[in-house]
Amino acid sequence: MIRFEAVGLRYPGGGPHRGAWGPEALSDITFALPRGSFTWLLGASGAGKSSVLRLMHLALRPTRGEVEVLGLRVARAPRAALPPVRRRIGVVFQDFRLLPYLSVFDNVALPLRLAGRAEASLRADVAEMLRWVGLEAKAQSSPLELSGGEQQRIAIARAVIHRPELLVADEPTGNLDTRQARRLLALLREMNRLGTTVVVASHDEELVARFPAPSLFLHEGRLHDPDNARGLDGWAEDDELA
Amino acid sequence: MARRARYSRDPLGLRRALAGWLLPGLVAAMALLAALAVAGAQGAAALADRWQRGAAAAVTVQLPEAEAAQIERALGVLRGLPEVAEARAMDPARLAELLRPWLGGSAGLPLPAVIEIRLRDARADPVLVGDRLAASVPGAVVEAHGLWVQRLAALARSLQALSWVILVLVAGVAAAVVAVATRAGLAARRDAVEVLHGLGAQDSYIAGRFARRLGLLAAGGALLGTLAALPALALLAGLAAPWIADEQAGAVAAWGMLPWPALAAVPPLAFLVGWATAQATVRRWLRRLP
Ligand SMILES: Nc1ncnc2c1ncn2[C@@H]1O[C@H](COP(=O)(O)OP(=O)(O)OP(=O)(O)O)[C@@H](O)[C@H]1O
Ligand SMILES: [Mg+2]
Repeated sequence: MIRFEAVGLRYPGGGPHRGAWGPEALSDITFALPRGSFTWLLGASGAGKSSVLRLMHLALRPTRGEVEVLGLRVARAPRAALPPVRRRIGVVFQDFRLLPYLSVFDNVALPLRLAGRAEASLRADVAEMLRWVGLEAKAQSSPLELSGGEQQRIAIARAVIHRPELLVADEPTGNLDTRQARRLLALLREMNRLGTTVVVASHDEELVARFPAPSLFLHEGRLHDPDNARGLDGWAEDDELA
Repeated sequence: MARRARYSRDPLGLRRALAGWLLPGLVAAMALLAALAVAGAQGAAALADRWQRGAAAAVTVQLPEAEAAQIERALGVLRGLPEVAEARAMDPARLAELLRPWLGGSAGLPLPAVIEIRLRDARADPVLVGDRLAASVPGAVVEAHGLWVQRLAALARSLQALSWVILVLVAGVAAAVVAVATRAGLAARRDAVEVLHGLGAQDSYIAGRFARRLGLLAAGGALLGTLAALPALALLAGLAAPWIADEQAGAVAAWGMLPWPALAAVPPLAFLVGWATAQATVRRWLRRLP
């Protein structure tokens, strides 16, 4: 499903030496997540959680090592092979990334339209999804007219509307109150129960404690794995438990 | 539904990002130049053709006496001159036929002998040819009326070539303007492009949206520019009409003489230039994303 193999990642460096590469944001990351798993991605701010997620949803390619997502080996895949795989992944961004000039309805419908779904069949699905996140009354509003929490729910609706095989969420509870955060987590667990592989980055320890699941700990760009509990071997056990 | 239709044609919000009259205005100005150049090229070609046909005998030589020996001697001298490409005595019967409207049918009048010559180079001076011929054949007169026509025709041909160069330049500048507008659109919609790319939109999908929008803007501007050029073109055509179509000159003939197919091709060509430039610009820009 997802396999990282000795992955290293550098961002292009800015500053006085443009064109050079910055320091490694991730080094020697190796793990594998089985199909249908639910995984927490934990670590302090700047540890590299968003970077790992970007590799997972093909927004970046590794500088070294190999990343395999939904059967695609990303490091050397031709560029044209990436879009079809991206369409099988749902992403909730830390900063939502909604399109301000489209209505809430059109924002949520975007993945279905990119997949070529007919207008007639997509309307009911979008309405249903908006009901699910409790925003059916705002379907024709602009995302700019919504509160942060409402925008986050729209971002989540857009991420799951096309029933992705892999759902990647970066701090999805950051703008939600405790009750809504729990409700969102329940929704993500429900998606996971229905077969979607889910990876959630968070530093909300209370929430993680409430929904216990296997975790990957990142520390300064490395997988922090003192007792090798989350290595490839550990995952085979979890797979059997699930 | 209006809203639904609006989305499906414009998921990137390009109608707002690429709005305003700057691009269509610039394209309109260039289409106006293109229309003038097209009409100029076509008009120059018509003039050149007509003049070149009239200048078949660029230089004629008249001999006062139509004696065979004299004609032979003159032909011999002319053919020996390096400037002369061809020298041919005009058939006396044809000459008589040409002159009959002025001289009547009387066969008794002594007609001069006429030799048509073509010069190797239109810029050669026919006076020198005449001087050398007169030295050996006294009384020979060289007429160079056709030469002017030939030079005018050459001028018309260079104007025609110039028009094509202008046309190519105009197309190049139009492409550059569209490329700048495309980059501005990409800068304004950078987030949206990145979001669509992240959701799995192919490069062709994103580039296609930009190309369609910019192609339409360019075609609209070109249509306005071409329409604006029509009155000026009709005026010029009216002025040129007596030179080209001697039968009837005037406004009606002028409208008929405009190069309609070429003018009608300006907006579609502008669409193609806009479309292709936007495609190339967006696809190159997208290469920076993984
Ligand atoms: N676009 C970028 N360009 C350059 N460096 C980056 C970029 N994004 C992240 N980094 C660097 O990579 C490292 C990891 O950043 P990342 O965003 O993955 O951390 P994070 O764990 O998601 O942090 P947070 O919890 O604050 O979101 C940081 O040192 C950061 O400076
Ligand atoms: Mg982050």
